[in-house]
Amino acid sequence: MPRLPPPPPSAEITPEARYLRRREILKTAGLFVGTAAAMGTGLVALTGRGRRATVTAEPLPPGVALPPAAPPPAPSAARNPFTTDEPRTPYEDVTTYNNFYELGLGKEEPAQNAKTLKPRPWTVVFEGEIKKPQRVDIDTLLKWFPLEERVYRMRCVETWSMVIPWLGFPLGKLIERLEPTSRAKYVAFSTLMDPEQLPFQLTDVLEWPYREGLRLDEAMHPLTMLAAGLYGKSLPGQNGAPLRLVVPWKYGFKGVKSIVRIALVEKEPQTSWNMAAPREYGFYANVHPQVAHPRWSQAMERRIGDLEKRPTLMFNGYAEEVAHLYAGMDLRMYY
Amino acid sequence: MATSFVSTPDKPVRPRAGAGKLGWLVPAIVTGGLAPAAVLALRAARKDLGANPIAEVMNQLGLLALVLLVLSLAATPLQIVTGWKWPIRIRKSLGLLGFFYVCAHVLVYAVVDQSLALRAIVEDITKRPFILVGFAGFVLLIPLAATSTAKALKRLGFARWKRLHRLAYVVAILGVVHFVMRVKKDVTEPAIYGAILAGLFLIRIMDWVREREKKRAARG
Repeated sequence: MPRLPPPPPSAEITPEARYLRRREILKTAGLFVGTAAAMGTGLVALTGRGRRATVTAEPLPPGVALPPAAPPPAPSAARNPFTTDEPRTPYEDVTTYNNFYELGLGKEEPAQNAKTLKPRPWTVVFEGEIKKPQRVDIDTLLKWFPLEERVYRMRCVETWSMVIPWLGFPLGKLIERLEPTSRAKYVAFSTLMDPEQLPFQLTDVLEWPYREGLRLDEAMHPLTMLAAGLYGKSLPGQNGAPLRLVVPWKYGFKGVKSIVRIALVEKEPQTSWNMAAPREYGFYANVHPQVAHPRWSQAMERRIGDLEKRPTLMFNGYAEEVAHLYAGMDLRMYY
Repeated sequence: MATSFVSTPDKPVRPRAGAGKLGWLVPAIVTGGLAPAAVLALRAARKDLGANPIAEVMNQLGLLALVLLVLSLAATPLQIVTGWKWPIRIRKSLGLLGFFYVCAHVLVYAVVDQSLALRAIVEDITKRPFILVGFAGFVLLIPLAATSTAKALKRLGFARWKRLHRLAYVVAILGVVHFVMRVKKDVTEPAIYGAILAGLFLIRIMDWVREREKKRAARG
């Protein structure tokens, strides 16, 4: 005959009051969990961040040769501003932390939205005060000059900085080839204007297309380059494919992206950020630790990847090469 | 909290003492309110905050503070419009959660972003209106947090306590201004919070006018 199991010890018996309240306890627990989860999820959705975009590096177009790897300079070698031994900012950071408002205002939005930008086919127009105005296909243009690798510091006006190995050619060589007339004093650049490829051009955050400019002597400076790649690969859309300006001694916003027009002009051209906020962004935009932005100091910067800030250097560390361009100019007035 | 697990069967079953029917509400709001801090800490530990994690942490903490302060200011207008009592029960928790995130935001700014360089911080506060505005909001929030207990309310008297706590609106406005001044160009997001605040303020003013009319009518 089967025996009944022994009765549980009295300490384990649910008190009757609690037994009677079990539905209420369950309901309260459910309300607690539900409310806490809704509150937490809501706040995280409103203030948290999404997943980082994954960027796959595209090779350079066929026929464009990579420059031969330069031998490491001897320790006693003279100062070489075209490269630096500072650690390079990782590819993932360079390609997922961008200001390219035409593809989104958040730092990571351009990488997420870059698919709409089609860098081929692409034509660049050269016009204005030049003897040889013309329209050139990007792949033809990239064969005009041998590509060079330049490792430059990039200082953003928002007080962060990177070290980026660009691939491109000196802008000066292109200007020489276009043969400027004697009236050419400045160079004006424009980004592509096409809201289907650059959807945020439908908003009026800035006046589109994005415009930038340089004085002719700044444009001719050997440090100034047009870049078509970084880290030995093609420029991703969010970094300004297929062609962008790089001026390492100026704040990053001077580096106009996805260029379709370069014009040599007589008068100082209008530039987008200067048009938007003339008190905050000047035409020159030289990196200057003592000239503060009206809303924040420019004395320090955070190198992406670092915890501690570091002092910002005059002309972003390129003073020896470029200070003479501004001799006699009051850089507080011409910021 | 004492519970009646050992109550004898002949006693009537009562809900937990003092908790009322909504005893779960405040713990749930606090748990949910602290969840974003846990998520942030976890993602920081996993190096999953993008290329500029310090800026990301400061932005998230600042925005959390603003959202919670606006939510706490929404409690009374919500009660006015709907007649519900529960928003008032969580008002204080929301405000204190906001204060928690403001403190975390200031702490990350001072310790991590500025490496506790006191001179740089003082210079920042005195020279940059954007930092000054945020700092003023933080300072004004301290007396509100300090007088958030029932004891403090009793000590101050309800009328004075209420007047003092109207500062919460000033703090939220400073928060929105701080946000507007921080963005480089696009002010859409801070403008949304500004508009919500304006709406909440409007409800309170309309309610105040209505109450005054009622009192006047009762007197006359």
